[in-house]
Amino acid sequence: MDLRLLDAEPTTDERAAIDAFLGPPVSTWAGADAVEDGHSAHGGHAARAQRHELLPTLHALHERAGWISPGALNYVARRLTIPPADVYGVATFYALFSMQPRASRVLHVCNDLACRCAGSDKLIEALTDRVGPHGSDTDGATWEPSPCLGQCDRAPAAFLVGSGENPTERELTNVDAEALIEILRGATPASPKSATPPQAGEPNLRLLHRIGLVDPESLDEYRAHGGYAALRRAFDIGPEGVLREVLDSKLMGRGGAAFPTGRKWDAVARQPRRPHYLICNADESEPGTFKDRVIMEGDPFSLIESMTIAAYATGCEHGYVYLRGEYPLAQRRLEHALEQARHHGVLGEDILGHGFRFDIELRKGAGAYICGEETAIFSSIEGYRGEPRNKPPFPVERGLFGQPTVVNNVETLVNVLPIVLEGGPAFAQIGTERSTGPKLFCLSGAVAKPGIYEVPFGTTLRELLDLAGGVSTGRSLRAVLLGGAAGSFLTPDDLDLKLTFEDAREAGTTLGSGVVLAIDDAMDLAELLMTIAAFMRDESCGQCVPCRVGTVRQEEALARLASGRTRGTVQDELDLIAEIGQAMRDASICGLGQTASSAVESAIARFEVFTSNGGTTP
Amino acid sequence: MNPIVLPMAPPAPATRLISLTVDEQPVEVPEGSTILDACRKLGIDTPTLCYGETLMPANACRICVVELEGARTLIPACSRKVEPDMVIRTDSERVRLSRKMVIEFLASSVDLSITPPAQDYLERYDGRPERYGPSAPPDPDRDKRRAGHHERPDGQTAATVHQPTKIDNGLYVRDYSKCILCYKCVDACGEQWQNTFAITVAGRGFDARISTEYANPLPESACVYCGNCIAVCPTGALMFKSEHDLRDAATWDESRQTRTETICPYCGVGCNLTLHVQDNEIVKVTSPADHDITRGNLCIKGRFGFQHVNPKA
Ligand SMILES: Cc1cc2nc3c(=O)[nH]c(=O)nc-3n(C[C@H](O)[C@H](O)[C@H](O)COP(=O)(O)O)c2cc1C
Ligand code: SF4
Ligand code: SF4
Ligand code: SF4
Ligand code: FES
Ligand code: FES
Repeated sequence: MDLRLLDAEPTTDERAAIDAFLGPPVSTWAGADAVEDGHSAHGGHAARAQRHELLPTLHALHERAGWISPGALNYVARRLTIPPADVYGVATFYALFSMQPRASRVLHVCNDLACRCAGSDKLIEALTDRVGPHGSDTDGATWEPSPCLGQCDRAPAAFLVGSGENPTERELTNVDAEALIEILRGATPASPKSATPPQAGEPNLRLLHRIGLVDPESLDEYRAHGGYAALRRAFDIGPEGVLREVLDSKLMGRGGAAFPTGRKWDAVARQPRRPHYLICNADESEPGTFKDRVIMEGDPFSLIESMTIAAYATGCEHGYVYLRGEYPLAQRRLEHALEQARHHGVLGEDILGHGFRFDIELRKGAGAYICGEETAIFSSIEGYRGEPRNKPPFPVERGLFGQPTVVNNVETLVNVLPIVLEGGPAFAQIGTERSTGPKLFCLSGAVAKPGIYEVPFGTTLRELLDLAGGVSTGRSLRAVLLGGAAGSFLTPDDLDLKLTFEDAREAGTTLGSGVVLAIDDAMDLAELLMTIAAFMRDESCGQCVPCRVGTVRQEEALARLASGRTRGTVQDELDLIAEIGQAMRDASICGLGQTASSAVESAIARFEVFTSNGGTTP
Repeated sequence: MNPIVLPMAPPAPATRLISLTVDEQPVEVPEGSTILDACRKLGIDTPTLCYGETLMPANACRICVVELEGARTLIPACSRKVEPDMVIRTDSERVRLSRKMVIEFLASSVDLSITPPAQDYLERYDGRPERYGPSAPPDPDRDKRRAGHHERPDGQTAATVHQPTKIDNGLYVRDYSKCILCYKCVDACGEQWQNTFAITVAGRGFDARISTEYANPLPESACVYCGNCIAVCPTGALMFKSEHDLRDAATWDESRQTRTETICPYCGVGCNLTLHVQDNEIVKVTSPADHDITRGNLCIKGRFGFQHVNPKA
């Protein structure tokens, strides 16, 4: 490759931030006392093989500088031997990166589903009135609306990013306008606390039993509460034994697609091509979802232990946790836990003296829901735009770096601990015949006790809502959004639905990522549909026409319906939405486009959202 | 002394034939073929936009989708490899609807006035792009749009990619109001042909766009003016300046043009050139896409080095 660089130099700070991450440049080409004319042949495999460092390098730069300047981008391109245009293409893919100079404190204010139910609209109105419109710089601070931040149990929520020599990232929960304005004016927010699940301390919890009770920063405590017993048993029964237990457990993926985990592992384990990779999908950006965060903040060692077992069973030496960028507390807890685990010989070389080597690298997203799609994760980790890939080939054959790869959700992975400890067949006794084990649900919206709940599959929606204390607001339940923005709306008549994969499918809905968002009759459904449509449009990667344009046309049609200024009759618009939905479902490359209309269409089918008597307001 | 034995290429393995059914007709094609190949063998005309004979399929436009029995979604004919006993339908209700929507989505958001097959596809699938409303006005700041943000629309106009034409050099013009984001130019400029990587897809979603770094003008970018992106662009978004100027003056007339095959005189590679001549002037230069050596690609000399041939005005 003939790398042609820009005529722009980084500032001292920018260069320092990049060098601090990548190490000092080793050659004049790479920037040590550069004398080049900026146009020179340079390359070789080693130089180009650094591409996977791109996203973390951009993070390091952005933390320090608060934006990506041409000079800094140029230096990143030079250091990593990536064409500047490519760096630009990647940087502009992520919502958390700015390509223009901006205030050093940026407050991302959630205006997504659960936060809307908690009045984020008013919050945003107050900010606009009292601080200025979003994006305007007031004394080095600015604010922006944000999609779901994964704090829906503590809505309304915001996320503060401060760049500079001492960068900060802080999740802000249960916020009000006063607090946000203070923070924009420079107040230091309180330290974040991980939420204690409402069921903490109850017996018979398999996934949540340590959370809120056991110090997440102590490996000793983790061990004292059953930690690393599963890994020891895994070493006793060997990789084949682990595979057998997982197959027998009939564990299905908890990330949304409900694929049998044992089959996935088996397929990778049998691939002769090496190396194999393991990726834990912790991108958790489906609106309404926060279960993986609660696990990672409250019980980080359990994820590391289960990944180690997964790697042992499938022949991986290298694992990644792809963590969404808006989870700094989870990041700190995981980093700390990884360090402890390495230090105590349960991660790294020769784990527990069994001659098994495995390590985990943390990769941080930068504001892109699509990067949770299993093939988009590969693109993102490899340093490309987070665009999904066409399947086949499937990840078990050609995944990360073209190698056989296991991708599993956080919750899926932590189920492996009870499976290995209790045995697959015993695990399969929990729940129903086809949906086995415990399941985490994320309750938010108009319930008295929002949070993560662990119940066996087969629990009804009504029982689950009752566990969460029922509708909190003294009003009546209007709807439940099940499965997230890619899920569907249910009515109060559907509360006897048994929460299993098969019952959900039969009822024409999906459990998705376990979202249960309760909506009372004060909420405007049309407004929620517009929010979902806007989310899908914002988060589409833009690769394929049905989704790239379909999500826009869907939002426009909804806007016409909501305002009453339709083209033709209401029915014409509804027919159009159905056609758009059908094309997105049938012809899109990935799950985002394929489900981008499902919530909208379910609401239209089950509620009279836009017909004259139902009206657009309740 | 032993005679020197030159290593020989192993004999080509016999290609296995795969049988499948397309629209109720049995067909056999060599292993590794695509469904599109099978359709073509049967004479089934399949619409394509992002597919290019000289490039790996980008799978982006989805107008070529067909129905595969047993599959949940439709699948792209241009890239999906045939498998034994596949049962394919290319003209079912579902296929027709998706194709209609794809061409409507594009026609309502992109200027397809000189994309050759667009009108044909609209007619074939009964597309009515006007049903999305009048086009939103062009946006001169489209290059600055940010991932994950957009203003809430009122739905009274249909969002488009319309924007001012980029004329920043004397050789070729970029009119991204005509761009369907087929990825072909990026692939041709990058690892599949030119290895220059001057352009990329930037931004996300509907705001995704073809761009240099920071949308800098081409002369400040890595572009070497090989014009290989122009050669693959299916929509006229990338165009010789000479063609652009004639079109602007409304004097571009393909019926008055002749094509002359010749060999590039500049270097020893000897690429084939096709000179497109109108009124005794070379108005653009292409190279046959099926040529073994060039595959339609050239360098700046063969592509643009014709000015001295034209009579001075
Ligand atoms: C747009 C999109 C976003 C997704 N986001 C996530 C995510 O954040 N976390 C996750 O585990 N799975 C996510 N998935 C599902 C993954 O593609 C994949 O199915 C899953 O990680 C597999 O793990 P599992 O089998 O353990 O569920 C997403 C899928 C799509 C289409
Ligand atoms: S469906 Fe949407 S998100 Fe998925 S590949 Fe297509 S454009 Fe990208
Ligand atoms: S002319 Fe050549 S170098 Fe320039 S953008 Fe096109 S393909 Fe790339
Ligand atoms: S400019 Fe042309 S080749 Fe490039 S993406 Fe757009 S339509 Fe395709
Ligand atoms: S944190 Fe606001 S909706 Fe989830
Ligand atoms: S031609 Fe097949 S996806 Fe575009």
